Amino acid sequence: MSGALGKDLLGLEHLSGDQIRLILDTAEPFKEVSERAIKKVPALRGKTIVNLFFEASTRTRISFEFAEKRLSADTVNVAASGSSVVKGETLVDTARNLEAMRIDMVVMRHGSSGAAKFLADRIVSSVINAGDGKHEHPTQGLLDLLTIRDHRPIAGTKVCIVGDVLHSRVARSNIWGLLKLGAEVAVCGPASLLPLGIEALGVQVFRRVEEAIAWADVINVLRLQLERMQTGYIPSVREYYRVFGVTMERLERAPRDLLIMHPGPMNRGVEIDSRVADGPHSVILNQVTNGVAVRMAVLYLLAGGKPELAEAAKGASDR
Amino acid sequence: MKPILLRGARVLDPANGRDEVADLLLEGGLVKGIGRALGTPDGATVLEGKGLVAAPGFVDLHAHLREPGREDVETIATGARAAAAGGFSAVCAMPNTDPVTDNQAAVGFIVRQAGLAGFARVYPIGAVSVGQKGEQLAEFGELVAAGAVAVSDDGRPVATAHLMRTALEYARTFDIPVIDHCEDVTLSHGGAMHEGVTSTRLGLKGIPRSSEDVIVARDIALAALTGGHVHFAHVSTAGAVALIREAKTRGLRVTAEVTPHHFTLTDAACEGYDTNAKMNPPLREAGDLAALRGALADGTIDCIATDHAPHHYDAKEAEFDNAPFGVVGLETALGLALTELVEPGTLTLAQLVDRMAARPAAIAHLPGGALRPGGPADVVVFDPGQEWTVDPSRFFSKSRNTPFAGRRLRGAVRWTIVGGKVVHTAGDRPDAPDRSGR
Repeated sequence: MSGALGKDLLGLEHLSGDQIRLILDTAEPFKEVSERAIKKVPALRGKTIVNLFFEASTRTRISFEFAEKRLSADTVNVAASGSSVVKGETLVDTARNLEAMRIDMVVMRHGSSGAAKFLADRIVSSVINAGDGKHEHPTQGLLDLLTIRDHRPIAGTKVCIVGDVLHSRVARSNIWGLLKLGAEVAVCGPASLLPLGIEALGVQVFRRVEEAIAWADVINVLRLQLERMQTGYIPSVREYYRVFGVTMERLERAPRDLLIMHPGPMNRGVEIDSRVADGPHSVILNQVTNGVAVRMAVLYLLAGGKPELAEAAKGASDR
Repeated sequence: MKPILLRGARVLDPANGRDEVADLLLEGGLVKGIGRALGTPDGATVLEGKGLVAAPGFVDLHAHLREPGREDVETIATGARAAAAGGFSAVCAMPNTDPVTDNQAAVGFIVRQAGLAGFARVYPIGAVSVGQKGEQLAEFGELVAAGAVAVSDDGRPVATAHLMRTALEYARTFDIPVIDHCEDVTLSHGGAMHEGVTSTRLGLKGIPRSSEDVIVARDIALAALTGGHVHFAHVSTAGAVALIREAKTRGLRVTAEVTPHHFTLTDAACEGYDTNAKMNPPLREAGDLAALRGALADGTIDCIATDHAPHHYDAKEAEFDNAPFGVVGLETALGLALTELVEPGTLTLAQLVDRMAARPAAIAHLPGGALRPGGPADVVVFDPGQEWTVDPSRFFSKSRNTPFAGRRLRGAVRWTIVGGKVVHTAGDRPDAPDRSGR
């Protein structure tokens, strides 16, 4: 089972710009399916998909599950807390056991970077990376791209990712996807939360959020994990908000209208001002809506669906 | 034991300034004679050495033989056999066993097991601190009396500056080196590979160079304070090289080793999350690799040591974060050194023998490391031009965790002789049964 994307979707780093555009273009017709009264098309009928989540997730897991169900796939959810992992089973054994049940795809979230590739190298089923450690979260990157593209052409757009880039798989997938589609990319945050050598990936670095806001067309605000204080990366949430918070006061000084994004879940009053999150420039809920369409596109393409038939795949009941 | 006459090899013994085609006669466990047209004693085994190099058996200052505690991945016997296959006539066993080699009984156990195995000589290294906990000094006097040749808390650094100071002072009585694994664990905590662009791309927590450099600097300051002998294990950074070079110009008693993997590979080997490229210290960058090679050539780094670290197949068959650090190295060291250092002209063949035999023997005050009449008949005979491909299934080690599988190397061991007895011959195959390493 391999089409235009190959067997798996492990990250955006190794996809071409054309492959990324193909996913976004394929997502367009699927957006409409979720707007129908009967939100179901038969494209993946008979396919079996396992959602394997070794880390807690609400949004991503539900988004994948809706995408699968709206494509008529049969799905099973496995959460780490209720699984054999708790009993000490290794990832490779988990993988082999799943494979032995003759599944078609695995959607996996895992706390270790590289875990998705590890799994993909060991099973013949398609693997979709739903977040591996601090490495990549490709469907989040794709839905962010789709959301920007809904508002403006990506090529030439200046996007700044603000916050804990060091620990962020969302940041890495965004950087690769944006660069491949011709955007200008910057990161901004305390230096203790920016990875060494990030400039070598082709991004600018801003030390102050005011400079980032003055430069950017789009601000993608990352979640600040509250545990970063205990581990000594930043002194306090209060100071983080004062120095790096994306606030209404700072946005009001921006030379142009900005698009404000956040992958969720948000810490209101930590990395983002509630007035910004709920304000007119926020596209945070559009991101969530687009997440389902992008995941439908990825599932459809990996299952061998023909991109040019995505419109038709929506079924005879189409308008 | 029959005498051995090795005929017509290039005898290379930098400790005695010898480099000539000659015969080598071994008798009664000792070198009997080196010269032309030595007579063949009655019943002697004659080995034809034409085109081969005969050198003092190699000495590895740094190996993990895992016994006691992890006999499923290596034993003293299999480790000593792997050493022999790699041309080592002596190997020093690190004390991070289970239980830790921190007392005379534990040291005696290793000496006994090695004697029973009868391959390479095994010299135990005792722990610096009881249980390697970094608190109370181990009984160096009793460790040395039982056979230990150095002390180390390897696997981790000597925990505090105070403990290192005391260890260096106390070790002076017994004239043994304190071997330190230099890592500031507050900087490296949770790290899985070198901190750089590759770790940023792969999303793996990095171990910065400074984690090694700050402890090297600490230990140099303490060597100056105490006059003790610090030996730096597995140096990996250009910064550490610069610090050690400067310390040597000041005449301090510091010595250092580098592993074949650190002078051969960079962090690029971690691409694809290959857990066989996960080791501590981590593989660094091209600039570090060049500094390490230069330091071996100019003598800043004294010797090559393997840091042979066997792990079970299952342990390495895991997510990168969760896999253990370490690679096996005894059976690939010579081939890598000849291919990566001698072939490009970084070291001469004589310098290589010096870095693999004479220098390490001198650092730990071991017999061997040289070929002189009356000295131990520990000899490696190798073909410097023979090409071969690394095939882990043919390792004598119980473990297979190497990043070099499939690599073409030039330079292969023909015979390893320990105490006048041939303990390895090219073409020997590991016996099939009891191979639980994979």
